[in-house]
Amino acid sequence: MAIYVILALDVLNGISSLFLLCLGLAIIFGMMKIINLAHGEFIMLGAYATVISANAGVNIWIAMLIIAPVFVGLVGLVIERCLIRFLYGRLVDSMLATWGLSLLIIGIITTIYGNTQQGVPTPLGGFSIGSYQSSYYTLFLALMAVVMMAVIYGVMRYTRFGLVARATMQNPAMAATLGVNPARVYMSTFALGAAVTGLAGGLLAPVSGITPVMGGAYVAKAFMTVVGGGAAILSGTLSAASLFGSVNQIGAYFTTPVYGEVIVFTTAIVLIRLLPQGISGRFFKGNL
Amino acid sequence: MDKRLRLALQAAGIVVAIGVIAIVPSVIELFGLMQLTLFAAMSVLALSLAFIWGYGGILSFGQTAFFGLGGYAYAIAAVNFQDSTPAILLAIVVPALFAAILGYFIFFGRISDVYLGVITLTVTLILFNSVNSTSGDAYKIGKALLGGFNGMPAVPTFNMPFDPSTVLSPEQSWWTTAYVLLAVFLLLRLLLALPAGRVIVAVRENEVRASLLGYDPRLVKCLTFILGGAIAGLAGALYVNWGAFVSPTIFSLSLSAEIIIWITVGGLGTLLGPIIGCVVIEYIVAYIGSQQLLNSNLVLGGVLVVFVLLLPKGIVPTARDLVMRLIPQNKPKTNGPPVQSAAAPHPAGAE
Repeated sequence: MAIYVILALDVLNGISSLFLLCLGLAIIFGMMKIINLAHGEFIMLGAYATVISANAGVNIWIAMLIIAPVFVGLVGLVIERCLIRFLYGRLVDSMLATWGLSLLIIGIITTIYGNTQQGVPTPLGGFSIGSYQSSYYTLFLALMAVVMMAVIYGVMRYTRFGLVARATMQNPAMAATLGVNPARVYMSTFALGAAVTGLAGGLLAPVSGITPVMGGAYVAKAFMTVVGGGAAILSGTLSAASLFGSVNQIGAYFTTPVYGEVIVFTTAIVLIRLLPQGISGRFFKGNL
Repeated sequence: MDKRLRLALQAAGIVVAIGVIAIVPSVIELFGLMQLTLFAAMSVLALSLAFIWGYGGILSFGQTAFFGLGGYAYAIAAVNFQDSTPAILLAIVVPALFAAILGYFIFFGRISDVYLGVITLTVTLILFNSVNSTSGDAYKIGKALLGGFNGMPAVPTFNMPFDPSTVLSPEQSWWTTAYVLLAVFLLLRLLLALPAGRVIVAVRENEVRASLLGYDPRLVKCLTFILGGAIAGLAGALYVNWGAFVSPTIFSLSLSAEIIIWITVGGLGTLLGPIIGCVVIEYIVAYIGSQQLLNSNLVLGGVLVVFVLLLPKGIVPTARDLVMRLIPQNKPKTNGPPVQSAAAPHPAGAE
């Protein structure tokens, strides 16, 4: 019995970390149709910000929940101003430029901190179910996924910024006529996406090995989940993350972690073949 | 430049290329020759993506899938047969078949741009993960141990056709690789000059219009993709012949990224540009690897960002535009555009 509880916790963990990883990319892709291939490096920057400040003596929670998103949000702001703003509407060019950017960030971090693995101890303790061990941090990640979902939903649905942002994405020319500056909306949306990604990096820092190339492990998964989810930011990402997260964990449980990945990639390909508009293009049309 | 002059120039270019390839081993020492052989093998890979992306409008993020399949097909067959002749054929046929299956799945499902990128990327990751986990004696094809992450060492290199006892020397390997590169280049050039090539470009330009004219864009794209896969597979065999070694890193994402960088730097929508881009970038990477000052990711990333922002057309089209501006055009309107630039002014994304 206990083994199924642990498996359920693993599935929950898989879903919530995938959701956290993808949310920032989904905001940027869903709102602006920019595929940010430097997404994995934003995660890496968030993780580095957390580790460096935690090792410098800052409280781990502050490092994780405040320093990481603020730092990566600022980086995102600078990148949007210097690079992305020239590339709106040029999908392929934006992919190429952000791919270059990802290599550039890896290069910079490798030059500064070297190609070694860093880490912070996992906060919160563990608990046992039957003869199996699990950690409270898993539950905390799931809680954070729910909180982030609520925050993004609240901001997009009920605030003035959310209204203006959604209007600009639907029809920039009309929004501009009504006195909104689309360039500023794009800028802040990109920074928001970057900050959310940085937060995900910070949250995952204690449970992953932190190296300059760690982003590569996430970018394909995030890319696939966001595209599989479709245009709706929250419902699409949540449904795709639930599907892929549970397929990954259950597949890994019955075979090996490597084949778990292979199974999830195959699922993604079949999903995109069947639903080219993503899950939300078919089932949650018009939702947020 | 009238048509006859251009033809004469092109013929002269081919003759010069054949001559240069022939005399290179007598001027360059062995280390340089080996490096050039590697660049030539990589250039064949660059041509495969240059063709399907620049002319077919298919941006594949996973061209290394076919490259790697070709490399592994060659290695496994060469170990089993101890003769490279059927192995090279298999290195072309296996990736082409795989491209046919994948292409059928993608193009007949009308999947395009971002979605195509995701699928090709994930297929490459699947291959990388699967091959990576094949260590141990259980994973054996005939006599060939797959070896998982460690790869397959001591793969037999090319021998004279149907004569396994005569293994090619490094000079002969260079000639083979470089002439294969030249042959692939000329073949693609010829194909693009034929009506079939025009159809490929027409489908890239406007799928709806092409289908209204009676062509099936799905089939055209699928065939383009298969040809690209076959060329990439051939490149894989040449690469394995160069190093006598193959490992799962042949499927890696960073190599996929590098191909795209070669093409962006050299010029999308040309065939010469990607070769130049490949040689320049690979030379820079090799040079950076030999010293400690700069990180290769830093330089590659910087180069890619600068090119996308400032020189989106790439080196070759930009240089050609400059040359065209310098040569006084006597009758600018009556000559028609040069063959290459018919495709060049529209950086063909997958949109």
